[in-house]
Amino acid sequence: MILAVAALPVWALGWWLNIRLANSTAAKTQWCGLAVPIIFGTTLLLMWELLVRGLEIPLVILPAPSLIAVRFGTSLPILWQDFLQTFLRGALSGYVIGCGTAFLTAILIDHNDFLRRGLLPVGNFMAALPIVGTAPILVMWFGFNWESKAAVVVVMVFFPMLINTVAGLGETSAMQRDLMQTYAASYWQGFVKLRLPAAMPFFFNGLKICTTLSLIGAIIAEFFGSPTVGMGFRISTSVGQLALDMVWAEIVVAAFAGSAFYGLVVLLERQVTFWHPSQRG
Amino acid sequence: MPQCANASVCRFYMCKGFRELKWPDGDNEEWLSNLRMVWGARQMTDTATPPMGRTGGWAWLRMIPAMVLPVLVTVLTIVVIWYAACIPMNIKGVLTEIQRAGAVVTPGDAAERRDASAFGLLVRNTFAIPATWGQDRPRLPAPHQVVHELWNTTVDKKITSKRSLVYHSWITLSATLLGFAIGTGLGILLAIGIVHSRVMDMSVMPWAIVSQTIPIIALAPMIIVVLYSVGLQGIVPKAVISAYLSFFPVVVGMAKGLRSPDSIQLDLMRTYNAPASQVFWKLRLPASLSYLFASLKVGIAASLVGAIVGELPTGAVAGLGARLLAGSYYGQTVQIWSALFAAAILAACLVGLLGLIERGFLKRMGLA
Repeated sequence: MILAVAALPVWALGWWLNIRLANSTAAKTQWCGLAVPIIFGTTLLLMWELLVRGLEIPLVILPAPSLIAVRFGTSLPILWQDFLQTFLRGALSGYVIGCGTAFLTAILIDHNDFLRRGLLPVGNFMAALPIVGTAPILVMWFGFNWESKAAVVVVMVFFPMLINTVAGLGETSAMQRDLMQTYAASYWQGFVKLRLPAAMPFFFNGLKICTTLSLIGAIIAEFFGSPTVGMGFRISTSVGQLALDMVWAEIVVAAFAGSAFYGLVVLLERQVTFWHPSQRG
Repeated sequence: MPQCANASVCRFYMCKGFRELKWPDGDNEEWLSNLRMVWGARQMTDTATPPMGRTGGWAWLRMIPAMVLPVLVTVLTIVVIWYAACIPMNIKGVLTEIQRAGAVVTPGDAAERRDASAFGLLVRNTFAIPATWGQDRPRLPAPHQVVHELWNTTVDKKITSKRSLVYHSWITLSATLLGFAIGTGLGILLAIGIVHSRVMDMSVMPWAIVSQTIPIIALAPMIIVVLYSVGLQGIVPKAVISAYLSFFPVVVGMAKGLRSPDSIQLDLMRTYNAPASQVFWKLRLPASLSYLFASLKVGIAASLVGAIVGELPTGAVAGLGARLLAGSYYGQTVQIWSALFAAAILAACLVGLLGLIERGFLKRMGLA
């Protein structure tokens, strides 16, 4: 009980610190912009720990962060296997195939006006649909292993990527294309030197959206059947065994994998679209 | 975009892919129509909008064939490809069935057939092709089978029946809407807090952005079980999942929208000596609407996915997710596909409805 009461001063301290930092003259600096959310996060974690221990909340409802950390540390091999199966084999291969085909399809669509007017509304429509629902069908077709997960990811990332790339390829102004015309540039020269670079911000926007989608697709597809390895499999079986610390450990892995993947794409974006106003700031 | 009076210049532009665009009420000195050359179809729709608005309300009707025809052709192509794909996908199952019924198929040995390629089988057993579109449990059901099942389970069944898709859709929809309402409500409140409090902005916003990059849907099975052990089941756990899936897009979009007024507009409010509440109601809120609706559309699609996924781990008996799961357990492919289409139609209706509401709002504000 004392621990639960101790959560209150911890909260007050964190809040006070953040108010001081946010209203100080240092608020604009970079370290302050990092420190404030970190203080907020640690305060939340500390309160979680104290409240769970103090109120003796049973493990099946909410495990304390320390327990999750211990579980994370002790089952690293299992977590690594799951990560390998779900992320590297399922999500990443599906991501590469899906984004690649979407990119090529976008070039094809952009080349042909009739295709653009036909496929784009259909693609827009498909992008809003709950495509995860195709998971049971694809699992039935491609078997339980990672191939079916990759297939789900391909279907999920295809349409958002397609729409973004097509929008990007149409982004050049008439003036710029006119200039290409006066240079007597061929279609492909104009494409490679003008329209492709101009499409890159949109292209990367699509890539960023798809990072999260690919992980979601791979995890959910495992709910419909998987070999005895994988993040989705581990989550659903651990929930069944009420081993919630294991579930949380998997969620931590998913969170890290998702943000790292996203971060990687952002880094790549900075390298490629260094000329764009949003990157120069 | 060049404006030209010279006929030969015009011809040059025309053969370079430009098209001319007449602007009826020209404001030049001779009161002639303005002639502009614009390039390509995309440009045409962009620049042609203002004059059409002036000439009368129904001119856009003539554009419809140009818009609908490509879409129709695309959809038809997809249907044709779908039918064609049914043949190789289902041929093995069909041949086994036909053989069991007593007909002669080549090759007669089941093991040999299993190893043969689908295409080779189809060439040697062309008579079996129509049967691939009418199987009971096909690997890939034909479009008309799915439509038939959809019709059967929506129109022909009573709504209260356990086999009616309307019943299952309603179960999922109610959870979606409840969760969406909670999620957007909280999201808007948090965004207002973020815009008005610097501490909240600096501490919460980075986490809200990071949360977009992680697959929070992985939490879904746990939420169901945890809420079940507390005594909550049925619609509430699903609504909770829907709520947190729609929460973060709304927070991020709404915070962006509330910040969208220019400093020049905010300065004007300052010179009027407007209090923060008036700045909010008269400037920030109206300015944020288009951002809000964009994220609402993302949010409601996410809510629906959340509600469907929320039905998966517990083996729920009702709802679209339960239909998907039951279909995949019992190999009822037609049922899976019809549930999938029901979910798609539901999502399209929800997003379309939001679009209509958005248009209504913008119209009342004089923006559309």
